[in-house]
Amino acid sequence: MQSDQTGVLPPHPEKATLEGRNKILGLWFFIASDVVLFASLMGTHLALRGSTQGAPGPQELFHLEYVALMTFILLTSSMTSLLGIKAMQRYQFKQMQTWFWLTVLLGLSFLGLEIYEFYQFVIYHGLGFETNAFASSFYTLLGFHGAHVTFGILWVVTLLIRSRSQGITTYTAPKFYLFSLYWHFVDVVWVFVFTLVYLMGKVG
Amino acid sequence: MTAKRYTVDDSIKESQSQKRENRQFYVTFILMLVLTALSFVAVASEKIPSGFTIPFILLIAFILLVLQVVIFMHLNDKNTEFPTLFFFSGFFIAIITIATLMLLIWW
Amino acid sequence: MSTHAVKRTSVSLQQKPSFGSVLWDWLTTVDHKKIGIMYLAAGGFFFILGGLEALLMRLQLMYPENTLVSGTTFNELMTMHGTTMIFFAAMPILFGLINCIMPLQIGARDVAYPFMNALSFWLFLFGGILMNISWFLGSAPDAGWTSYVPLASQAPSGMDFYVLGLQVSGAGTLMSGINFMVTILTMRAPGMSLMRMPMFTWTTFIASALIVFAFPALTAGLFLLMFDRIFGAQFFDVAGGGNVIIWQHLFWIFGHPEVYILVLPAFGIISEVVSTFSKKRLFGYSSMVIATILIGFIGFMVWAHHMFAVGMGPIANALFSVATMAIAVPTGIKIFNWLLTMWGGRIRFTTAMLYCVGFIPSFVMGGVTGVMVAAAPADYQYHDTYFVVAHFHYTIVGGVVLGIMAALYYWWPKIFGKKLNETLGKWNFWLFLIGFHLTFFVQHLLGLMGMPRRVYTYLEGLGFETGNFISTIGAILMAVAALIFVINIIYTHTRVKEIAEADPWDGRTLEWATETPVPFYNFAQTPLVRGLDPLFIEKTQGDGKMKPAEPLGEIHMPSPSILPILLAFGIFIVGLGFCLHSFFDNKWISYFIVFIGTVFSLLMMMFHSIKEDHGYHIHPNDYTNKGVGM
Repeated sequence: MQSDQTGVLPPHPEKATLEGRNKILGLWFFIASDVVLFASLMGTHLALRGSTQGAPGPQELFHLEYVALMTFILLTSSMTSLLGIKAMQRYQFKQMQTWFWLTVLLGLSFLGLEIYEFYQFVIYHGLGFETNAFASSFYTLLGFHGAHVTFGILWVVTLLIRSRSQGITTYTAPKFYLFSLYWHFVDVVWVFVFTLVYLMGKVG
Repeated sequence: MTAKRYTVDDSIKESQSQKRENRQFYVTFILMLVLTALSFVAVASEKIPSGFTIPFILLIAFILLVLQVVIFMHLNDKNTEFPTLFFFSGFFIAIITIATLMLLIWW
Repeated sequence: MSTHAVKRTSVSLQQKPSFGSVLWDWLTTVDHKKIGIMYLAAGGFFFILGGLEALLMRLQLMYPENTLVSGTTFNELMTMHGTTMIFFAAMPILFGLINCIMPLQIGARDVAYPFMNALSFWLFLFGGILMNISWFLGSAPDAGWTSYVPLASQAPSGMDFYVLGLQVSGAGTLMSGINFMVTILTMRAPGMSLMRMPMFTWTTFIASALIVFAFPALTAGLFLLMFDRIFGAQFFDVAGGGNVIIWQHLFWIFGHPEVYILVLPAFGIISEVVSTFSKKRLFGYSSMVIATILIGFIGFMVWAHHMFAVGMGPIANALFSVATMAIAVPTGIKIFNWLLTMWGGRIRFTTAMLYCVGFIPSFVMGGVTGVMVAAAPADYQYHDTYFVVAHFHYTIVGGVVLGIMAALYYWWPKIFGKKLNETLGKWNFWLFLIGFHLTFFVQHLLGLMGMPRRVYTYLEGLGFETGNFISTIGAILMAVAALIFVINIIYTHTRVKEIAEADPWDGRTLEWATETPVPFYNFAQTPLVRGLDPLFIEKTQGDGKMKPAEPLGEIHMPSPSILPILLAFGIFIVGLGFCLHSFFDNKWISYFIVFIGTVFSLLMMMFHSIKEDHGYHIHPNDYTNKGVGM
């Protein structure tokens, strides 16, 4: 660790080692690849969104207040994870933990809202996964995004637990930084989900 | 790989620039909130014609993407040419994929 | 943790290690060279498998109305041949070569993520196994390697193995792509700028970039197909509002770049071999680099040329037609550069060089027929005939396989420490080249005469008899050539006692600066690169040895781990569980298997995340040599 040599810790612990820099670069390539995955699913949904076969479509199903709430929650969680990284770069471990636990909490409430929304679609509108091509593509796209959120939560909780005794080192810092990049990306995907699926579904 | 040593001077300079950075983050966050709200309002209000709404919300989505990627994901840092190149290449391929699936399957 | 290394060397010095410890060593290895060798071995196995499938098909088509195999079996053979050759033979063998050679070429000690590298390999292997166990579980996939819906979404259970097998191995491929890219960008030796990288490294980089962008489309498509087949989704069911063209687009958005993922590394190989055996610097290096990038870029804009006959309309057809023809320009640049590299060079016709010289006209023929099928109106005539089969075999066999064979003869001494026999090699080459042209050239004519592809038999008197008979003879010749190659390997490794020289071909690039066998840390000291063809520069302007870029010191190495194979196995169980959904009356049994696999995989991931692993260090006293290499 650099701290042993100079007494002053590097300002960017996540980029202090080659391993850390490699991981960040690799995650970027993974994100670039994930962009195409989500594009394929979004394209499929947009192609099939008219195929409601008489069942309720986007106009009847979507409630904008609800989506707006989910959007603001995820956007805020993106901000909290960023503040977590800023705390990390200042070596304020406690603060960093708080910000990331807050991120987890917001992520969980987003997931809860999403599940509740699906539940309503299924129960009140009878829109199951097998109902029509619109439903299949909608649930698949949203499900993939939800799975990314779930994986992100599992990831950061594992990190938070494993690093409790270690604090911020050049070994743990890249791990948190990677998570935050991933989390921002999940929010970027949501921007396009709410724009292309919900808002454009509403406009028609 | 640790040729550069950090001195106390460096860390003071760092903390000053960090304050500036932090302000930038909060401004970006508020801007994102406002833009998102605008997007929802444009769709929710019945008065705006859809011919305007769709390009408007797509533009907002693109701005939100750029803000998130450049500011929050630090693509404005040094040595991020390759992440930038690849992210936007992915975005470009995403656009042609979505356009194809919307235009070239029904006739 | 240097005791680890001491233990390792002392074992190798004192006694022959037991079988168990050797096996454990291979199962837990994160060394790129060993992973490369495993890729080559597994890829070679699947290559033989796919070859046998092809041979069976050719024997069935040898005579009209032949009854060697049934129509169903033929469909299975044809599907498995295509899928195996693309995903489980050609790509893994190329990955093996990349793994073995690329880090040496850029003067690195390993790839950027050694752990993930091992994981990629095991995912590919388990994916291949998952797809192939379908032979023993009722029916193999039989909807063609392109797996068009709605045939594929309603085909029997074998298709599930196709979907999940490709999904599992595809995850590994994506990881490899990312891994190679990061390795090339961050792990190069001092002095090796991007424009000093060997062509094989360059083409690896572009091919990896294509993997990163192309594979997600396949992943998405496979998920849709899987959801349709297993969970009753309506993506491809027209009655439920679905659309079958979505699959074709997603498949070819992946599928066309996939062709370049295969052929670009082969181009790189040809560039290396031609330049070495012509004793000349590669002609037009920078135009080669630009041509590679252009091929990669345009390769993404052309996928719909596989779908001209679908009816996308004249505008779309015209656009994709023009884009496709445009690819001929950068490819032509490459062909001329290879020819001009040989022009005036001091050429040595070793087996590797023969394969390159055979490659050029063969691949040009594939390219020319490519421009023919790229013309949309003409394609209505060629579509789904044997002309197309001939065309893509000219690019894949005449391009990729000839390139791979050149690479194997060229790099065998570095990878395995023994030089392959040249006499057997020349027999191997000539039989293969003649057999290849015999098999596939007549298929152009058969296609023009109207023989459709993917038929298991044909009637007498249609004029297809002679062509099909010749084609089968050619296939048998190729099989004999492959057999000679196997004999060559066995001969070399049983009869040849001496270890190959470190630099048997008077090489130009860094991999030849290492000693043979390559020590597990590759370079005791990272070399200093002074230009393109760094070793050749030192040979002509220096003392023939690479200069070190760093003082002799401790080397940091990643520690071996059993987790990659366990994690890959967990994901294999997930895939298997989904595949078995139609085998049980109660679907929840198969979902339970999926659940077990998922939990196991997640636990392995968490375990990897929680375990502290900083690798270990080797002390300079433990090096087998000092200095950069030889």
